[in-house]
Amino acid sequence: MSDVYIVGVDMIKFGRFPEKTVPQLGAKAALMALDDAGLKIQDMQALYCGNLGQANAMVGQRILQEIGQTGISVVNCANACATGATAFREAWMSIKAGVFDCVLAVGVEQMGRGLLGGGGGGSGISKEGLLGSGTMPAVFAEAGMEHARNHGTTFEQFAKVSVKNHHHSTMNPKAMYQIETPLETVMNSEMISYPNTKLMCSVNVDGSAAAVLVSEKKAKELGMGRAVKVLASVLTSDPYTDRDLTMPDVNAVTRLAAKQAYEMAGVGPEDINLVELHDCFATAEILHYENLGLCKDGEAGRMIDDGDVALGGRIPVNVSGGLLSKGHPLGATGIANIYEVSTHLRGEADKRQVEGAKIGMTHVIGLGSACAIHILEKVA
Amino acid sequence: MSESAQSQGPLPVVSWLKGAGSDDPYLEGHKCGSCEAVYLGERSTCAKCGTRDQLKPTRLSNSGKLYTYSIVYRSFPGIEVPYISAIVDLDGGGTIKGNLINVEPDPEKIKFDMPIEVVFDDALGRKDKEGNSYISYFFQPAA
Repeated sequence: MSDVYIVGVDMIKFGRFPEKTVPQLGAKAALMALDDAGLKIQDMQALYCGNLGQANAMVGQRILQEIGQTGISVVNCANACATGATAFREAWMSIKAGVFDCVLAVGVEQMGRGLLGGGGGGSGISKEGLLGSGTMPAVFAEAGMEHARNHGTTFEQFAKVSVKNHHHSTMNPKAMYQIETPLETVMNSEMISYPNTKLMCSVNVDGSAAAVLVSEKKAKELGMGRAVKVLASVLTSDPYTDRDLTMPDVNAVTRLAAKQAYEMAGVGPEDINLVELHDCFATAEILHYENLGLCKDGEAGRMIDDGDVALGGRIPVNVSGGLLSKGHPLGATGIANIYEVSTHLRGEADKRQVEGAKIGMTHVIGLGSACAIHILEKVA
Repeated sequence: MSESAQSQGPLPVVSWLKGAGSDDPYLEGHKCGSCEAVYLGERSTCAKCGTRDQLKPTRLSNSGKLYTYSIVYRSFPGIEVPYISAIVDLDGGGTIKGNLINVEPDPEKIKFDMPIEVVFDDALGRKDKEGNSYISYFFQPAA
């Protein structure tokens, strides 16, 4: 099986673009990724498109209607917040399988504002605020409080995640926000679901990201100069655990994926130079330091206290600003993460560059649940 | 409200709340005869071990322990806040989610593993489009 390389990757600046259509947003990132690769849509043999909000509306084909209807194979993917990463992985698999040499993956989302989840549905009466809360801030607060019960993690430690990621985003011109948020600002912002305040919730934004993936043969033909090698691509679903059907277990699904990804890549957590992980809420990020093996169980609080996960620390996490400040357009997030890590491996991340980055990891969670992990390596 | 809706009595908030109109409501789980995993609601195949047709109804306990929680301050329009969204492990198996009542919504007052009892009451006055009332379950600190 051929190794797979990323030869073009980019994202639009995340923001709010109500005047644009979903295909228009996706088309923009697709063209940027093609330009980055120095290729044309005519060079693409297939398109793998990730979008959640219009999952039944042929977004991939409509993107081609914007940038070139070449008649290629199009697959539309939906996998909650793992949607973009799933589209990327489908593209990766098509090359691994030897079916194609050169394909495009696009993730795109247009979001409304406000709370996600817990909207009810079904017959009878609304269960929200009657049988607890199904809103995402509450669900991830409960997961964070599970960590607090097991390891004594504090509200302040969870809040520090948000301080860190907002700080990182001041160096990322493509992030939704570039605003420093000191600890007291984070802790004193509106409490949404304890311990998550408003500034500890990811930002609903519109966005798109895209990547061009090629086989080794094609990469050599194009030149390896800025190529990034995909060392591992893994997708898991939630394995049975005792409470998973009542409180989605984002830990087990991530641990399973991490184990497989390290095995596939032939590397360990100690080899990873930067991580973009799924900080949909500040509470979630803490869990994943341990789930991804960046530290031992029970050490996540210390990791954030000691600055190990900040830019310049032992293992910088979410130097893009993360979902908390860069923003979280659901279907785009999984490819935007890959853009971020690739940019560091190429040495092109400017002020937020993780010096000497050779190997990086991306991680997303789709609640319900899916976990996708990619491990990427610098080539030249 | 129609006559028929009134005569129907309160409906269960979830399918696995049994005896809604009686003086002995309870929560029902389905337990796998092979691996003893407990589910809420009926199913034919065990998600833990894959065994088929061995899931039998079982009456869940009305006592348990608080596993985790969040205090919800922002919800959808019309929903009274703050309230405590709680995950409770029931004695003898089964994990359920619900509102923890009769405790101040203050992290200082909420203790992990605090003993909980399951109580049944009207579903906060909520009615469906046909005007039916519902009976729900709630958690409160065990006496």
